[in-house]
Amino acid sequence: MMNRREALSRVAIIMGGTVLGAEAFLSGCKTATTGVNFTAETISLLDEVAETILPATKTPGAKEAKVGEFMKVMVNDCYETKDQKIFMEGIEKLDAASKKMNNKTFMESDATQRHNLLVALDKEAKDYQKAAKPEDPKHYFSMMKELTLTGYFTSEVGATKALRYVAVPGKFDGSAPYVKGEKAWATS
Amino acid sequence: MADQQYDAIVVGSGISGGWAAKELTEKGLKVLMLERGRNIEHIKDYVNANKESWDYPHRGGRTQKMIEDYPVLKRDYPLNETNLDYWAVDKESPYVETKRFDWFRGYHVGGRSLMWGRQSYRWSDLDFEANGKEGVGVDWPVRYKEIAPWYDYVEKFAGISGNRDGLDVLPDGQFLPAMDLTCVEKDVAARLKDAYKGTRHLIIGRTANITVPHGGRPGCQFRNKCWLGCPFGGYFSTQSSTLPAAMATGNLTLRPFSIVTKVLYDKDKKRATGVEVLDAETNKTIEYKAKIIFLNASTLNSTWILMNSATDVWEGGLGSSSDALGKNLMDHHLGIGAGGIVEGYEDKYQFGRRANGFYIPRYRNVGDDKRDYLRGFGYQGSGMRQNWRHEVAEFSIGGEFKDAMTEPGIWSVGMGGFGEMLPDPTNKVTLDKNVKDKWGLNVLNIDCELKDNEKKMRKDIIADAQEMLEKAGVKYVQAREGDGTPGRGIHEMGTARMGRDPKTSVLNGNNQVWDAPNVFVTDGAFMASASCVNPSLTYMAFTARAAEFAVSELKKGNL
Repeated sequence: MMNRREALSRVAIIMGGTVLGAEAFLSGCKTATTGVNFTAETISLLDEVAETILPATKTPGAKEAKVGEFMKVMVNDCYETKDQKIFMEGIEKLDAASKKMNNKTFMESDATQRHNLLVALDKEAKDYQKAAKPEDPKHYFSMMKELTLTGYFTSEVGATKALRYVAVPGKFDGSAPYVKGEKAWATS
Repeated sequence: MADQQYDAIVVGSGISGGWAAKELTEKGLKVLMLERGRNIEHIKDYVNANKESWDYPHRGGRTQKMIEDYPVLKRDYPLNETNLDYWAVDKESPYVETKRFDWFRGYHVGGRSLMWGRQSYRWSDLDFEANGKEGVGVDWPVRYKEIAPWYDYVEKFAGISGNRDGLDVLPDGQFLPAMDLTCVEKDVAARLKDAYKGTRHLIIGRTANITVPHGGRPGCQFRNKCWLGCPFGGYFSTQSSTLPAAMATGNLTLRPFSIVTKVLYDKDKKRATGVEVLDAETNKTIEYKAKIIFLNASTLNSTWILMNSATDVWEGGLGSSSDALGKNLMDHHLGIGAGGIVEGYEDKYQFGRRANGFYIPRYRNVGDDKRDYLRGFGYQGSGMRQNWRHEVAEFSIGGEFKDAMTEPGIWSVGMGGFGEMLPDPTNKVTLDKNVKDKWGLNVLNIDCELKDNEKKMRKDIIADAQEMLEKAGVKYVQAREGDGTPGRGIHEMGTARMGRDPKTSVLNGNNQVWDAPNVFVTDGAFMASASCVNPSLTYMAFTARAAEFAVSELKKGNL
């Protein structure tokens, strides 16, 4: 069972074929940005954060999909300056939270410690977003999680190994049989 | 110069321009097709057509740089990374908005035929008779019976897939096999039929995607990448369909980078003699001569050309003697509807990516139904099973979360209304006297808004969508609100309407400019009302009809 309220918020109301997926691109951006300095260490850290959110299971994890590098590109090119600031400060906050919970930086932590930290941050972010007004800034962990999901599931690894993708379906069947456990299509 | 003389000139290469070129060349005329933008060659120039999401650095999204460069396009979905080159560069194509109007343009060979939504519906007499019956605007000089054979003609060539649904408001056509509704859409369709006793219908969209090989094109592969340009010729566009047909005659000359600035007019003969072109690459002015001119530059740009023409005779330009030029701008108002989720069908899933949806044809103000507004609306939507974009509540992060997200989610269904906008003379464009583009040409000033009739209709669009989905058993139904800024429908219509009287219309029933019978306007500018269905198929039919009339008149020596 999934959370219906969450599911509902993602129900695509399709206004004709071409508008499909439009919402994802309509974030209210206003000002151009100058770019943020992502060091190799930062990208490694983001890779590990992403891997903790979407770890390797029977399918590859987010690190293999180079999600850290993807976050750098997106934050630099697509984020407004104020959101870039939240994201970059978030990296420090994440480490501070790690030290507080585990007495270690995120990179020094083991997989279980990392997992427990991000479960806590995910709850914190969800609680924050629930109380936030639409104009309030986003929680940094919501940004990281969103970029991780997008970066992973739209990557070649994510779309073809974790999900299913057929480049040229050649037909459409609106009532094809489905057996529980079969993977979802990467795009529809 | 001999090479600057043609039988006919077609201004613009989009859906209607392509049809004009095809019809005129096939009838033996030597035709020059002028396009203001660059060339895009079929297949070869569809540079992103085989890219996947991971081939785009921002996975198809928009960057801050794009947002800065495209102050108009950014207002809605068209601003994206995958087909940015198909949209006119806003900064180079200014216009003035007395009231906000989102004008999304395609300045290249093929125009918006490359990116169009492909939904293709016939008008019925409910549409053609409405103005006359209600005393709104001017009466259409054409009825369904006259245009029906032309719908047949263009559908057979373009290739429209659809089902023969037998509905009076939405006449059936010459269809290729229909696409499939999903199991959930079929369920909703059946429940709607019961709930509304057969007065409301959910049908598969009728679309210019070919479901079987057609006209030498292999056909739709269900990739849902139409707006990148289709290497399979899966949908109708100038490039896939009308341009190759016109080229095959040996009678077509295509000239990109040619901005037509005016129609040349001989006031003694009361005929156009040609057009003046500004070469966008060299900045030089060139004149081309022809016996017939077809204006297909897109609704507002055809009107702009008329406003710049024959100003020594009429201050407001060619066609302004009626005072109708530039007035009665229309679009379809949209952006509102409802959605929800459908329980069950866990053993079913869609296969393939259907670049089409369902359609609920107009039922308001039809038959005995009477509302506190005129005309009506249709809905477009779809019911699909969701993928990773759904949220899984029990797991916040980690392996179980990830594995749960790799399975399909629930079925959801959503739909949005497309409402008819009445012709209103206060919704208009004028030539702005102050603002010029980089060529030094005065730009258009758009002054257009939704009026009371549309606003009342929009309440019904939302309320009806919610009610219908609830009656169809859809759960957790939510309304979608929106302001319906005109332009967003990308269905600009009117501003050079046809009519029966030269005092109140710019064109006659054959799309001829009353004041220059060898000038034909057959893009959306000719529309005297808007209906609520997507307009392109109607432009095709009127263009083919006007081309036949033009050639027959030319042969008779009347032009």
